[in-house]
Amino acid sequence: MAYSDKVLDHYSNPRNVGSFDKGDKTVGTGVVGAPECGDVMKLQIQIEGDQVVDAKFKTFGCGSAIASSSLATEWVKGKSLDEVLEIKNTDIVEELNLPPVKIHCSVLAEDAIRAAIADYKSKQQESVDS
Amino acid sequence: MIYLDNHATTPTDPRVLEAMLPTFKEDFGNAASRNHAYGWRAEKYVDKARQQVADLVNCDPREVIFTSGATESTNTAVLGAARMHAERGRHLISCETEHKATLDCLKYLETQGFEVTYLPVDKTGQVSAEQVFEALRDDTILVSLMAVNNEIGTIHPIPEIGKGLAERGVLFHVDAAQACGKILVDFEGWNLSMMSVSGHKIYGPKGVGALIVRRRKPRVRLEPIMHGGGHERGFRSGTLNVPGIVGLGKAAEIARLEFEEENSRIRKLRDKLHEGITSQLDYVELNGHPDERHPGNLNLAFSFVEGESMMMGIDDIAVSSGSACTSASLEPSYVLKALGVGEDLAHSSIRFGIGRFNTEEEIDETIDKVVSTVRRLRELSPLYEMALEGIDIKSIQWNAH
Repeated sequence: MAYSDKVLDHYSNPRNVGSFDKGDKTVGTGVVGAPECGDVMKLQIQIEGDQVVDAKFKTFGCGSAIASSSLATEWVKGKSLDEVLEIKNTDIVEELNLPPVKIHCSVLAEDAIRAAIADYKSKQQESVDS
Repeated sequence: MIYLDNHATTPTDPRVLEAMLPTFKEDFGNAASRNHAYGWRAEKYVDKARQQVADLVNCDPREVIFTSGATESTNTAVLGAARMHAERGRHLISCETEHKATLDCLKYLETQGFEVTYLPVDKTGQVSAEQVFEALRDDTILVSLMAVNNEIGTIHPIPEIGKGLAERGVLFHVDAAQACGKILVDFEGWNLSMMSVSGHKIYGPKGVGALIVRRRKPRVRLEPIMHGGGHERGFRSGTLNVPGIVGLGKAAEIARLEFEEENSRIRKLRDKLHEGITSQLDYVELNGHPDERHPGNLNLAFSFVEGESMMMGIDDIAVSSGSACTSASLEPSYVLKALGVGEDLAHSSIRFGIGRFNTEEEIDETIDKVVSTVRRLRELSPLYEMALEGIDIKSIQWNAH
């Protein structure tokens, strides 16, 4: 199985590796997957207004998983929350030329994005409630 | 490129290739052609190879049956013995970490009314002789175990088991594919009934192997799986693969003559690789038995880093991994699971198989590549981050998909 150039590129030069402070009110954190499955993605977004101004990721997983999450952080930057929710795993599959056996990596990346947004939104809800 | 996957296959030794060539050219005869010189010459090649194999594994040359490889040998042994002795009993014993050739035969037999006990292994991958004897029943007709495991290199206590099974009159098949040439294999001394041998694991060609079948005390009877002419004493019909057989024979001879020097050199390289990696990285575990192990095998679990991404990082070094991502079925290694290693570590494991043609420079380069790749991937890893923060990963509730 040869990897696509784009997957190799993201693997060798991953974008936006790192972490934000989870406790920061402007940060949404999504952690999906499980070590027993061989895939764990942590994706974080920093929001100003209703725009994603920055994003970071860390991933335990194969090259396609790393590439999917790296790509996700690239795509969410500069988008509004609504625009981010429109990102589909199939877009990731197409961009990275993922073979069928690796499609689940893109699904996980989409899950990670949504989990990050959900986390951010629930934090906003908490500060409204408190 | 550096080849460190010698459990998957080995390069054909140039001396083996050299020995095979005449049988493709002027000596192309069918070894079963009894009536002319082409056949007689081919038969001589085959007789010589039979002796070479017998000398490596300590059996009578008449006990050597040539096959298309260890998989066919194992099929013949397991299915053939089961069918031949089904009247006496329908229970077989094996273990959880066997090669698929054995496991799939046993699964098939289970659909045909046989019962199989799969012995669990301890955390080094070994079964004990006591376990085997305790599992025996009145209707047990065959025990099948590998001598050396292909993934983790662990060596089973075959001599002890063989002795006990011979005393109890139970047939004993051993898959010696990874053992020949690496440990001193002794078909006679181990009291074996049958044994599988692989050509391409000992620097011979692919597509050839042998099944050793005991002739005396007792004479082992099997139903063949290949029918058509009665070649190989009726055990395996089909025109002999003379080139392959010559190759197997030559490979066996080299393995026997160079045994000491080669294995001591390979063991040193393996130990250097192990030391080089573990002296520079933390959170690295050895899978398999630390001492009773194939001299060239190193199977390491690199916590917090996934196997396939590691292989991408050391991309000009050929190894293999227990990670699900590297298997067609997306299942992690069942051998590592059987060790109780934990699926997360199965995904983080890499198998290195050092062989005859590896050099010290290659090992040094591999150490550097592995260490730098693991360090880089740990920087990308949320699990390593958690470990450094003192979080116990096993305590987390994961959102698995």
